[in-house]
Amino acid sequence: MAELLIEAIVAGILLGCFYAAVSVGLSVAFGLLDVPHIAHPAFLILGAYAVYLLASYGADPLAAGLVLMPLFFALGVAVYRAYHVAFEKRGSGVDSGLRGLAFLFGVGFIVEVALILFFGVDQRMVDASYIGKSVAVGDFRIPVRMLVAFCLALLLTAALSLYLSRTFTGRAIKAVAQDQTALALMGADPVRIKQWAFGIAMATCAPAGALLIVVGPVEPGLGRLYIGRTFCVAVLAGLGSMKGTLAAGVILGVAESIVLTSLGPSWAPAAAFGILLLVLAVRPAGLFGR
Amino acid sequence: MKSTRRDLLFRACTIALATALAAFSTASRAQNRKPVRVGFSIAQTGPLSSAGKSGLLALQIWRDDVNARGGLLGRPVELVVYDDQSNPAMTPGIYTKLLDVDKVDLLVAPYATNPTAPIMPLVKQRDLLLIGNFALDANAQIRHDKYFNNQPWASARDSAAPFLELCRKLSAKTIAVLAADAEFAQNLAGGVRQGLKDYGLQSIYDANYPPSTIDFSSMVRAIRARKPDAVFVASYPSDSTAIIRAVSELGIGSSVKLFGGGMVGLQYASIMEALGSQLNGVVNYNTWAPEKTMDFPGVRDFLARYQVRARQANVDPLGFYLPPYDYAIGQLLEQAVTATRSLDHKVLASYLRESELKTIVGPVRYGPTGEWAKPRIVYVQFRDIADRNLEQFRSPGKQVIVAPEAFKTGEVLPFAQARQ
Repeated sequence: MAELLIEAIVAGILLGCFYAAVSVGLSVAFGLLDVPHIAHPAFLILGAYAVYLLASYGADPLAAGLVLMPLFFALGVAVYRAYHVAFEKRGSGVDSGLRGLAFLFGVGFIVEVALILFFGVDQRMVDASYIGKSVAVGDFRIPVRMLVAFCLALLLTAALSLYLSRTFTGRAIKAVAQDQTALALMGADPVRIKQWAFGIAMATCAPAGALLIVVGPVEPGLGRLYIGRTFCVAVLAGLGSMKGTLAAGVILGVAESIVLTSLGPSWAPAAAFGILLLVLAVRPAGLFGR
Repeated sequence: MKSTRRDLLFRACTIALATALAAFSTASRAQNRKPVRVGFSIAQTGPLSSAGKSGLLALQIWRDDVNARGGLLGRPVELVVYDDQSNPAMTPGIYTKLLDVDKVDLLVAPYATNPTAPIMPLVKQRDLLLIGNFALDANAQIRHDKYFNNQPWASARDSAAPFLELCRKLSAKTIAVLAADAEFAQNLAGGVRQGLKDYGLQSIYDANYPPSTIDFSSMVRAIRARKPDAVFVASYPSDSTAIIRAVSELGIGSSVKLFGGGMVGLQYASIMEALGSQLNGVVNYNTWAPEKTMDFPGVRDFLARYQVRARQANVDPLGFYLPPYDYAIGQLLEQAVTATRSLDHKVLASYLRESELKTIVGPVRYGPTGEWAKPRIVYVQFRDIADRNLEQFRSPGKQVIVAPEAFKTGEVLPFAQARQ
């Protein structure tokens, strides 16, 4: 039993890092910019399909994910411009938030339908040397694809943390999350900063999408499965915290894995959302929120 | 009286004109006649859409065929189709619209068990004829007498029986059951659970997983730790792929002699091609395979025509799983309407209940609950599968039918041996 528990914890950490990698963009968009980016999972799937397209020409999926980042950055800038002009600029009441939510829901739906029209509804997978293999540590075997997800998640969160804390633009993004008016008084344009930040959030969808298709098959409607999970990680983390996103992902992954091994798979989602409710009851700002 | 050349020409012109007018009038009458509307929802998006879209294409091929033969009762056939997004919550609304707004004449059920189950009360309440489309045990509780399900298994227990028989053949004493927490998978796993005692099997792992599960490593590890002789999995396409991958990466243990069972998706061309050699040894249910015992009259011809159109429509290029059966749904309706010369649901139901119907998936006769009187689900074992080769699945010997006896084309091999 102890052996199974250790295996469950290790598997949970790997799975949790994967959750963090797919949620880190949402932490920027929703956590720092207050944009209810419900289309984030749809863009993750778009990233996965873009990676699939490049991989079908022989590219390595992870390298393809990195190469696609500028394209997704530009897409993010365009989506934010549309969101800002149509909704944010016209007021910040509850109605505006709801309209923005509806807009992004619509964008996500359009992305899904476009993928269906272009690729069809069949599942897509990629081939790579690290898929379908495992490394043995004693009797314990770890899927290499999950190790890859673990490493990329660490890199992604570390890079974003450093960028947000060490660069001028990064600090400006943090500032815009706290006080837009003060930032404008300092001579920076909050809209341009938010546009840049949203571009970064969207750029993460390319490598995260690569992870998605490396970890498992994708189909156009898969994004719906990730809406709850990614928002759960972002909120549990404390909105906008990159380290928190990693920690929240790992907590959820380990909790799910342990519950799955001990109580049974049916209880796994209840564990994740139970932890979220518990943390929000004790710390409404999330684990690392201020 | 002597006919002049002018008279002859006049007469010929008159006859030609009269014939043309008559033909035009008939065609125009046929065109103007109200079409026979066949309504249904089928998954064109969501997890069931891969099979759903191929099934829709098969029904469209039937519609084109029947219209080329003059339609039903001299009226053209029109399909009224909605995408249920693989979502059971959508189907009651869709079928209410089909009946009250679109006023369809005939109803076909949505593809698969989960979207079919919610419309059964509506159909029974309005006493309508419903042709089922791969729904497992959807009528077991409701017992609607005008429900005729077109799928080759009659009940969960019937579908599980060949797998349990294979367990006995391989001297399995213990079994692990892993099933998705959804209608079809639960029904299927229920069939296995019910039959355990009869086949002398002891369940040492039994778990249901939620449909949102992404990683199956922990479940595969838990099963391996219990060292079962057989593993029965009832899963949906994405889960099936993830489970097969996890088994390939982590191993399922040397004790396992039989692995598979009710994994939806392992019948789809895209998944078979993508998983390739990872499928070797897996024993799974199927409805059709290119083996000699499955050569029913017309099925090869249909598949040849389907495969041409599937390429254009970007749907399952093989079409072995659902399309022949969905084409057969059209054949059932066509035979019933043509024989009774009626669209009355009571009359049609009576005909379907009492007749043997000829289809491209073999002759069909219905039992008391509207399921096939003689179930014919087959279990295939994947053998000698190479990676990245779709064409291999068109040949016999890749999906060897190992049960039931009547359709068998080879003996089942223990899982580890078949994987070598």
